[in-house]
Amino acid sequence: MSPNLRIAYRFLTAKKRAMFMSLACTILGVGLFIVTQATTSGFEKFFTKTILGINGAIRIEDRIQDTMTSMAAAGSADFYIVNREGVKYIEGVEEPQRLAEAVREFPNVRAVSAVVRGNVQITTSFKTEDAQVFGIKLEDHVRVSDLEEQITAGDLETFRSATGGALVGRVLADRLQLAVGDSFSVAARGQSRALKVSAIFETGYREVDKANVYVLLPEARSLLRRPTGATFLQVSLHDPTRAPRDAARMKQILRHDAKPWQEREKTWLDVFRALRISTMITVSVFTLIASLAMFNTLAMIVLEKTKDIAILRSMGYERKDITQVFLWQAGIVLGIGAALGALFGYVVTWMVEQVPLSITGIFKTDHFIVVRDVNHYLAAIATAVVMVMVASLIPARRAARLEPGDIVRGTAQ
Amino acid sequence: MSSAAKQNPGAVALRCTGLHRSLGQGEGRVHVLKGVTFEARRGEVCAIVGPSGCGKSTLLYLLGLLDQPDDGQIEINGALMSNSDDLARTRARGEHIGFVFQFHFLMLEFTALENVMMPMRKLGRLAPEAMQARAHALLDSVGLGSKTHRLGTQLSGGEQQRVAVARALANQPAILLADEPTGNLDGKNSGLVFDLLTHLAKEQGQAVVLVTHNPEIAQRCDFTRPMRDGVFV
Ligand SMILES: Nc1ncnc2c1ncn2[C@@H]1O[C@H](COP(=O)(O)OP(=O)(O)OP(=O)(O)O)[C@@H](O)[C@H]1O
Ligand SMILES: [Mg+2]
Repeated sequence: MSPNLRIAYRFLTAKKRAMFMSLACTILGVGLFIVTQATTSGFEKFFTKTILGINGAIRIEDRIQDTMTSMAAAGSADFYIVNREGVKYIEGVEEPQRLAEAVREFPNVRAVSAVVRGNVQITTSFKTEDAQVFGIKLEDHVRVSDLEEQITAGDLETFRSATGGALVGRVLADRLQLAVGDSFSVAARGQSRALKVSAIFETGYREVDKANVYVLLPEARSLLRRPTGATFLQVSLHDPTRAPRDAARMKQILRHDAKPWQEREKTWLDVFRALRISTMITVSVFTLIASLAMFNTLAMIVLEKTKDIAILRSMGYERKDITQVFLWQAGIVLGIGAALGALFGYVVTWMVEQVPLSITGIFKTDHFIVVRDVNHYLAAIATAVVMVMVASLIPARRAARLEPGDIVRGTAQ
Repeated sequence: MSSAAKQNPGAVALRCTGLHRSLGQGEGRVHVLKGVTFEARRGEVCAIVGPSGCGKSTLLYLLGLLDQPDDGQIEINGALMSNSDDLARTRARGEHIGFVFQFHFLMLEFTALENVMMPMRKLGRLAPEAMQARAHALLDSVGLGSKTHRLGTQLSGGEQQRVAVARALANQPAILLADEPTGNLDGKNSGLVFDLLTHLAKEQGQAVVLVTHNPEIAQRCDFTRPMRDGVFV
């Protein structure tokens, strides 16, 4: 053991209370930093996963109208012109196949699914509800959503093979008292036909679970009398965080409106951001208090040791030895504190996860959601390193600068 | 063993000329040392005597390179040290100077043995076992052979004083500066410590400078320098 480490260790163990104090600060600081990170980002991440699992990362719809051709487009019965912020759009995607191919050219795109959507009324012997029917090609759509995981009753195989099958949302099914295998009638554009529940899905997002009905694309085309085109393309990405950039480029190149999920779900994401900022403030305040306590303790340890510093200096210990002794002290506190703090954070995170908490509406969970991310641990430890090093380096360097004679005479300060 | 010390008995180990030092701030500033000139030779024991407050400790801190003079020069083994940087003075302290403080400063969280080994560990000249053996021998010679593993807090004032003497001798310094090394000791132990110091001076050619209020001790030194009001008289 190097002499300086030996001295540091002895100084520390001789001052048990100060040592435990600074250890406690580090453990609490690191631990709570981890817990708050784990708990705040948990719900946001889960919400993001839920909405990506429903609507994908980008939705492409409504062709941007070139002003010269507006008259021609207006002639078509299926399309009408909307005017948003000076840009004119023609609703829907006229040639989904070709557009999908173009979308797949983007490197970040994982999969594309063309969807036909329309408003319908669903009637059972029990009652009638408004709903939205989505015509999908199953192989495509499972690649842009988590539909497979959202099935809670029945199965997708039946849906794929049988004609006249439908996937009904949990809330809607409950309202209409529908179970797997039951028949219902669906009405749109003045005609109605019978469908059968192949499976029931639940996303946890109430708006979706109470309105969405998925049918196979040909079924939707004939029901909604829409033999060609699509309402929108649903796109999934390898890296969903890049959606805004990709969407902007798609919009420019493909001449269609492309909305990233961040824009689509802005309201909720803003809520989560506000939440994150408020916890960040809490964590910062806490970190500040912990490091002030830390600073106080370490500065006190150094002050109490000025006499020993003078003795060491008189025996030939250099300024840098003195600094090293106190840095070793901080290092020991830091090493033990960071390890125990990380463990503490892990355990508390686990305990928080066990807290029963039933939430449905924008996602569905029956317990508190946490994320375990090694980066949280690294950030917590890095913060502790900076705090402890600053808190010990400043008094240590000050102490090392003192002239031993001044300390012995008692005039040092 | 510091071979240089042994080779030149009678050579000047420490010399200071025209030392001035004022202490305190502003109104309370006191001109403590007023042009002190002094030298210590190898193999000689010198006593500095004088009334309390005349500046003996202040002078010793300067000679021990623990403080810097306002004016004047200090040479250690022929090298001018009064104007050198902190690192050079620190190294010189570790290698050439042993210092016994007036108020026996021990590191209280450490045992007597560890206190004595502390300067040796920094200098790193000896192997760990040799350090341990030397520390044991030194503590034996000040009559503390049986208390080597006591913590500083578990020793009496006189015992602490003797550990401090043993510690000052740890690196076999060419110059030993002792501020009332026998101040807290009874007749037997002050004799023991004094004999040890004179013995080292004669055997190993160390220059010993000690401050004392004890006339008996002062008389037994090779010569005595009386001090009054910041100057030798
Ligand atoms: N910080 C200070 N500020 C002002 N004057 C001081 C300070 N420290 C010491 N002095 C003065 O310096 C003078 C010399 O002090 P010093 O400690 O050298 O005396 P001394 O000869 O060692 O005395 P003693 O025999 O009592 O140990 C004293 O008069 C003291 O009052
Ligand atoms: Mg004195």
